[in-house]
Amino acid sequence: MPKAKSDAGSGAEPAAVPAQDEDFALHSLQESLEADKRYTPSKEELLHFYEQMLLIRRFEEKAGQLYGLGLIGGFCHLYIGQEAVAVGLQSALDSNRDSVITGYRDHGHMLAYGIDPKLIMAELTGRAAGISRGKGGSMHMFSVDHKFYGGHGIVGAQVSLGAGLAFAHKYREDGGVAMAYFGDGAANQGQVYESFNMAALWKLPIIFVIENNGYAMGTAVKRGSAETHFYRRGTAFRIPGMQVDGMDVLEVRKAAEVALEYVRAGNGPVLMELNTYRYRGHSMSDPAKYRSREEVQDVREKRDPIDHAKTELLAMGVDEAALKEIDKRVRAAVAESADFAENSPEPEAAELYTDVLVERY
Amino acid sequence: MAIELKMPALSPTMEEGKLARWLVKEGDEVTSGDILAEIETDKATMEFESIDEGTIGKILVPEGTEGVKVGTVIAVLAGEGEDASAVSAPAPKAEAAPAAEAAPAAAASAPAPVAAKKDPEIPFGTNMKTSTVREALRDAMAEEMRRDDRIFVMGEEVAEYQGAYKVTQGLLEEFGPRRVIDTPITEYGFAGIGTGAAMGGLRPIIEFMTFNFAMQAIDHIINSAAKTNYMSGGQMRCPIVFRGPNGAASRVGAQHSQNYGPWYANVPGLIVIAPYDASDAKGLLKAAIRSEDPVVFLENELIYGRTFELPELDDHVLPIGKARIMREGKDVTIVSYSIGVGLALEAAEQLAGEGIDAEVIDLRTLRPLDKETVLASLAKTNRIVVAEEGFPVCSIASEISAICMEDGFDDLDAPVVRVCNEDVPLPYAANLEKLALIDTPRIVEAVRKVCYR
Repeated sequence: MPKAKSDAGSGAEPAAVPAQDEDFALHSLQESLEADKRYTPSKEELLHFYEQMLLIRRFEEKAGQLYGLGLIGGFCHLYIGQEAVAVGLQSALDSNRDSVITGYRDHGHMLAYGIDPKLIMAELTGRAAGISRGKGGSMHMFSVDHKFYGGHGIVGAQVSLGAGLAFAHKYREDGGVAMAYFGDGAANQGQVYESFNMAALWKLPIIFVIENNGYAMGTAVKRGSAETHFYRRGTAFRIPGMQVDGMDVLEVRKAAEVALEYVRAGNGPVLMELNTYRYRGHSMSDPAKYRSREEVQDVREKRDPIDHAKTELLAMGVDEAALKEIDKRVRAAVAESADFAENSPEPEAAELYTDVLVERY
Repeated sequence: MAIELKMPALSPTMEEGKLARWLVKEGDEVTSGDILAEIETDKATMEFESIDEGTIGKILVPEGTEGVKVGTVIAVLAGEGEDASAVSAPAPKAEAAPAAEAAPAAAASAPAPVAAKKDPEIPFGTNMKTSTVREALRDAMAEEMRRDDRIFVMGEEVAEYQGAYKVTQGLLEEFGPRRVIDTPITEYGFAGIGTGAAMGGLRPIIEFMTFNFAMQAIDHIINSAAKTNYMSGGQMRCPIVFRGPNGAASRVGAQHSQNYGPWYANVPGLIVIAPYDASDAKGLLKAAIRSEDPVVFLENELIYGRTFELPELDDHVLPIGKARIMREGKDVTIVSYSIGVGLALEAAEQLAGEGIDAEVIDLRTLRPLDKETVLASLAKTNRIVVAEEGFPVCSIASEISAICMEDGFDDLDAPVVRVCNEDVPLPYAANLEKLALIDTPRIVEAVRKVCYR
């Protein structure tokens, strides 16, 4: 039986780094955020965030409808309730150099990047005009032009892949940061910790974003996780953590800035936990019997990110009519995307055999 | 009682080595733990320790001797109370000790490779030099890395240790730690990082210490690397090479002895290459690194140290997806790949003595499979045996026999016969391992069967 390291450590050998310093490093970002929690937007910025969040919500509601009509098939995971996360975080990124990757609940992240809703909706209906030419579907959408790398269906895989994107940024010294989103469920996958280890070891420029919506499919966080404070999960790898209210777009934006400053300075990864909530089931086929209607209703009434932003806009002096105008614009864009998705042709049969390989052998 | 000191086996696959240096001389007293000599294998220089106390009586193999077989008596140690000077050398034996006979696996004990037909892809008149497969693979990576800064090598022990099997020897020195990267033991994680880096525009070479460990990472190879181009409608490529030794080594047990060729060859979106000789190893690895598609490149530990001819070309790149006729024949076709090719060539030599003229095809690429070459050979010989070092069920051999049945039925004068390993996890005991693995006599027997001889 080998002697445990801790036996030898007590007083006999000095620790390499004083314990207090380590604590400071791991909490310093959280402290920066606590000191000044919310981003101060201009009226135009907040209007823009509001419009983006509303677009995601209306788009997802429409997708839910089209699913009900049988126009969208397979798995379809809606982002309703979590809008402030993608909008707040991505607003802080530099789209010319930073990269984003996520799991299968990916429509919102694409819309937050300004990708054309028509291309996304047409992918959902499996049409040739879809962003993946109808061959990916809801879970597999990509836009290399926007440095949006998907759209991955295997829970947790995007975390290692995201570390690979960060590796590429560092290798090329292009100044970019990778942002890898994953859920509280994915946070229990082994490869997440393999990636934490290497990202910290090699000081990769990556922000790990845990979107904690409370449920891994039907399993509540407390039933599936020994440590339910996900922001602490990087501690063993010396990755500083931040806990953020994912229902407040301005807090999300501010937290993103704190994290980005740290990562861009070459300090290695940051782990952010964004506490959020999904109003719909895990996917369209989930009746969500594992939680009460009251629980959902309570979040909708008290913590809704869009209502929150609306209240703030009104307080800033934006009038109701301007907000109505936005609402109209968003509804029109969503209706247009649905029409387009419904009326575009399906892929040609010959498309079955294209894109299997890039080259011919 | 004098103690015979024998040439030690310093790795599972070592059959012989160089006695590089004696650190003791005759008459020296030694105790357990003293370093007696330095022995060079093809992978490393190892120290040979004494496990007994005594006096060095006679040194039988002088330093600098190459090709000393495992088990050869290299010195004699006089025990307590014995007169070291009186200790005599043992009567020379023709062969090494029994232990040494049992050590190499059946597949490993293949003698010097049978010369193969020249590859028509290599221009006529090209100068040939000799190279081990190990050096050929290393040179392929080094040449490509010199050409393209996006290429890097990542894996366990690839950098400072110089490669667990020394395939990446010297790369760290030439290319530095930015491009030759040691990882922690974390296959799933680094396969994912490599795949993500490829999506992000780099050209990774991911080394698995063996493909057995790639089972931990197979999700990224298949779900992330192979499917992305298709799922993205051709928008997002994943140009990556996953490489490392595959198949049975020697006496390493069931978990370290499996051929994954059929597993990967099952998946659309992947290229799967399994070369046999040094020329193909180099030419196809260079092609794999240049490919825009994800490639699984299956090497074989038992072939790393074998020496073959290698064309002296500035840029030796071979086409992916093309089989190679290693030996022309008219009576029967033996289809194989990787280590099986050596066995097939031996079988063909032996069969020639019996008046059977066998054609030997090396598939080289398992996906996409070169059906045309197989079917053209079948049309000529009308008989096929498939020789594969791997499990028989759902194997490449199964696929070849299906192809012959579907597309070559009218050319068949006998049923296709598969010669594979036995359908059991690979056992450890030397005799059982030998029984489980494909060998030349089994190929010869199968050929006689399809030739009705």
